[in-house]
Order: sequence, then C-alpha cells, then structure tokens
Amino acid sequence: MNILVCVKQVPDTTEIKIDPVKNTLIRDGVPSIVNPFDGYALEAAARIKDKNPDTKIVVVSMGPPQAQAALKECLSIAADKAYLVSGRTFGGSDTLATSYILSNAVKKIEELEGAKFDAIFCGKQAIDGDTAQVGPEIAEHLGLPQVTYGLEAELDGDMLKVRKEMEDGAAIIGVKMPCVVTFTKPAWDPRYPTIKRKLAANRAKIPVLGDDAFPEIDVTRIGLKGSPTHVKKTFVPQKKTGGIKIKEETNEDSAKKLFTLLSDASII
Amino acid sequence: MEAKTKDLWVFVETTENGDPKNVGIELLTPGRELAAKQGGKLCAVVIGCGADAAINEAAQRADVVYVIDGPEFKTYTTDAYANALVALVEKYGPTSMLIGATNNGRDLGPRVSCRLKTGLTADCTGLDIDEESGNVAWTRPAFGGNLMATILCPDHRPQIGTVRPGVFKKNEGGEAKAEIIREDIHVAAEDIRTQVLEVIKEMDAENVDLEGADIIVSGGRGVGGPEGFAPVKALADVLGGVVGSSRAAVDAGWIAHAHQVGQTGKTVAPKLYIACGISGAIQHLAGMSGSDVIVAINKDPDAPIFDVATYGVVGDLFEVLPVLTEEIKKARA
Repeated sequence: MNILVCVKQVPDTTEIKIDPVKNTLIRDGVPSIVNPFDGYALEAAARIKDKNPDTKIVVVSMGPPQAQAALKECLSIAADKAYLVSGRTFGGSDTLATSYILSNAVKKIEELEGAKFDAIFCGKQAIDGDTAQVGPEIAEHLGLPQVTYGLEAELDGDMLKVRKEMEDGAAIIGVKMPCVVTFTKPAWDPRYPTIKRKLAANRAKIPVLGDDAFPEIDVTRIGLKGSPTHVKKTFVPQKKTGGIKIKEETNEDSAKKLFTLLSDASII
Repeated sequence: MEAKTKDLWVFVETTENGDPKNVGIELLTPGRELAAKQGGKLCAVVIGCGADAAINEAAQRADVVYVIDGPEFKTYTTDAYANALVALVEKYGPTSMLIGATNNGRDLGPRVSCRLKTGLTADCTGLDIDEESGNVAWTRPAFGGNLMATILCPDHRPQIGTVRPGVFKKNEGGEAKAEIIREDIHVAAEDIRTQVLEVIKEMDAENVDLEGADIIVSGGRGVGGPEGFAPVKALADVLGGVVGSSRAAVDAGWIAHAHQVGQTGKTVAPKLYIACGISGAIQHLAGMSGSDVIVAINKDPDAPIFDVATYGVVGDLFEVLPVLTEEIKKARA
C-alpha cells in the first residue's frame, strides 16, 4: 500500500508572544515544528505500516526551502521518501490555491514514484492558519472521497476503516480507497525518531518540485493572484479586562462570596 | 461562478431527528443584518430527512427556506451533502453563504467551495460588510488566537465562511412566515463513497456535548491528577453542566480529549464557564472566551485566565469548589 502524508512546517504557536509596545506578533526566535496534526497523520500511516510492512510512506510539504527540516524529521520518524514543493510562484497562495498546487504535486509524485497512492493523509488543520480546508480541498481537486477528524485508520481489503471523532463520541467510517483522510489528536503520542533513522534522514536528498515542475498547471489559479481570498487586515485581539476579583480571608469565605455574587446576578 | 442574486444563505445543519443544530439558527441573526446591507433576501438551506423542526425554526427567521429532503440526507455524509448543496447554489446563485463551523460544517465547507472554485474563510468570529467594496468582511483568529485577520473574497461568488458556534445569539423568532421552496434534488447511493459502519457513544456514557452545553466546569493542570476532577465533576453535576478540561490535563492523561476546550479541542460559548486550576493559555482562551459569564478559580493571582474572567477567585480550588457546591445544593434544597 502507498500512503502520501502531507505536512506543513509551522511556527510553534505556543511560543508566540505579543510585543506589548508595538502590539504585533513576535516571530523571531519562535521555533519551527512539524504541524502536530500532521504528526498524527504520519503516525496513523506508520501504524498501518506496522501491520502491513510492504506499505510505503511518502511525505510532501509545500513551503520555503527551510521546510526541508520538517520533511527530514518525518523521514527520521517513519517516512520512506520525501518531496518538497517550493517555488516563488506558489507564494501567497490561500487554501484553494495551495490545495490546487498540492493536488498537482500528488499526480507528479505518482508519476515519479511509478505508483498511485491508495490513501492521502493530512492533519486536520495546521496550527498557524487553523483553517482545516486544505485536506478536503485536495480530495475535491482529485475527485476522491474524504473522511475528516480521523483518530486512527485500519486497512480492510480495498477499504479503510477510519475511527472518526464526533461531537458526542466516535464513529467508524468505511471509505473506499483511494481516499483522503485528515487526522485529529488521538489518545496516544506519536512515536519518536530512532538514532539510525535520524542519521539516514540527515543524509537524505530531498527532491524539490519547483515552479516548472507542473507544466500543466493553470498559473491563474496559484499564488497570491490566483487566490480568491485576500487578507484585508490583521490585528492583535484586544485583551479583555478582568472583572471582579475575590480574595477573602479564607477560601471558604471566597467561595461563599462567589456564590452570593453568582446568585445575586441570577447566573446560578 | 457569477452570483444570480444578492441573497445571503445560511446552511442550517440538522440532526438525525430533524432538529436544527444551534449554530444554524444563531447564524440567521447576523445573516439578517448582512442580507439587509447586501440588499438581498435572507435564505436558509435545510438538508435532511423529515427535518420539520429545523424548517420551522428557520422559517421563523428567514425570508426563504430551501428544503432538500430525502432518506440519503438523514445521516450526514460529505458526498450527499456536498452534491446537494452545490446543485442548489448553482441553481439559485447566492452572493454569500454562512455555514456553522461544526465538525460537519468544516467537512462540508471546503468541499463545496472548492467545487465552486470560490474562497472560503474558516472559523469566523466576526462578520460585517466591508464599506469600501461591499464584500463580506470575514474576521477570524489565526496563530492560535494570537492574531485576528479580516479576509475578503472580492471576485468569486458565492463568498463562503464557516462561523464558530456560540458567537452569535439566536433571535426570538416568531411566526413561521418564510416562503418554503422544496427542491427535488437527490443523490444516488453509488455517489456516496463513505458509510457509517458503527457509532460509538462516549465509553463512560458521560455527557461530553460541550458545544451544546449551557454550563461547563473545566479543570486544568491545577487539579493535579485524574482524581482532582472529582470536585470539578461534583460542581458540574449540581449545576447540570458538562465537564471540560484544558489541554494540559488531557496531555497528562487525566481526562479524555473529547473534554478538551481550546484551539486543539472544542470551541465553546456556554452561559457559564467555570475554569478551575486553568492558567489560561491563549489556546485555551481562544476556545472559551466567548462564554457569557466566566468564573476563574486559581491560586496564582497573575494567571492570564483572570484577564477574561467575570469573577475571579484567587484561592485553592480544592477548598473553594466543595463549599461552592454545598452552597448551591443548600440553595436548591
């Protein structure tokens, strides 16, 4: 079985701070990481490979040349092969343009690998943009069925059985391959890289699919100009000012005061 | 595609019982304002199977309700819903469309917008009309809530956005006087490429419908361990609320991810949110700061959670919660 895992290199948003004077994001010194949800997608692929050792896992990322680091990390964890999609004309793409480029990359990689992908795994969303759109849009561009909010996936003949997170529990969804599955956070932690894989990953040469890699692509649908959505402005959300603070002599008194305030305001 | 009307559509998601999901009805409130500014009608779209309750709720608040009804729409599937909604959009050509950012809404939105080759803005928390251009100005958080962005989709129609549940309030409603237009749109079984093989309700049979809850009592790192959720749960029980948690407590393995509130969990906006031992990382605040009333209980007087709290108790949750629970019990006895 061949699985393609799409990954994005993102700033670690838990490390982002706001410049209190300029009221802007401080991005300097913020570490770049593999988007955690993409890590869960890679782990889901690795778990299929654990049970089906003839599985090949290919990872692809679209981004600047530095995104190679994210791909090498995936190689050191579980991926067999990596491709970077990187070109000047791709910059500024919104989700529709990004997914269009990636769907072209899927076809190109299939050509280069000489095999079709049975499944394309993505993270549910990237933690910088939080849109959750690129996975389903890749599926649409390629005309494939999709399952979103996956927790784990199991091979069952020509089908994948995906455990999907629902608002009130979970469901097992059967989907015929080829298909796209996006993954959310499962109950387990993804595996760590091994030293041996890490050394091999460091030496790996990662092929780059650049501006001229897709002769058939419609250039009016890529990059900033080919994107239907535009950012009009960005701003730092206003901090709410706190309300009433309660700190009485004892915790018991504080609790009683809270109760009185809440009942007086008819909240409870 | 070109818009054929100036109408604004709201997709009203239905449950298997035919009830509307709250967010669909909520969105008819800002939808009314946007439709007026766009100079078009406010239309609701109800796709389901015998969803009379949803149709009625929508008809109380919209000018037109488009109904697509059939057994293939009883349970949500991407293919059935996307095919039906795209066919409807292509027939009537609205200028803009709002979809609730539920799991299904976020599954459907990108599929539909991509097929229509138009833009989609995800997870909006603010909606307006851009004065300069007349386009919808979609405002949404990014970078884990550290930054807000306002997005326009100037040249493609319809302009589509998913909007977080709980941001807008349902209006009162009234007489169901919208025009009901039933469409004969069906999706063949072979075009639906996924099937629900099994539905698993929460193992512990505990209520985790955080998004529909009026009261949520959440525990964080400060509860110290799985047993620390006992006083949290006791308070939730006496209030008829649901137990939530921060990411720290989930990562520590003290409680299941289904309970997690925040950027990588659920976005909630209950009437009352009680945060116990939660410091208030921006990712957590992004998921709950829309709550009507926020109570924070934390030992650290400088915890950022106090910045968003309506009432903040500086103290030990293990001493505060039992007293509070007892007081409520007494008052209700």
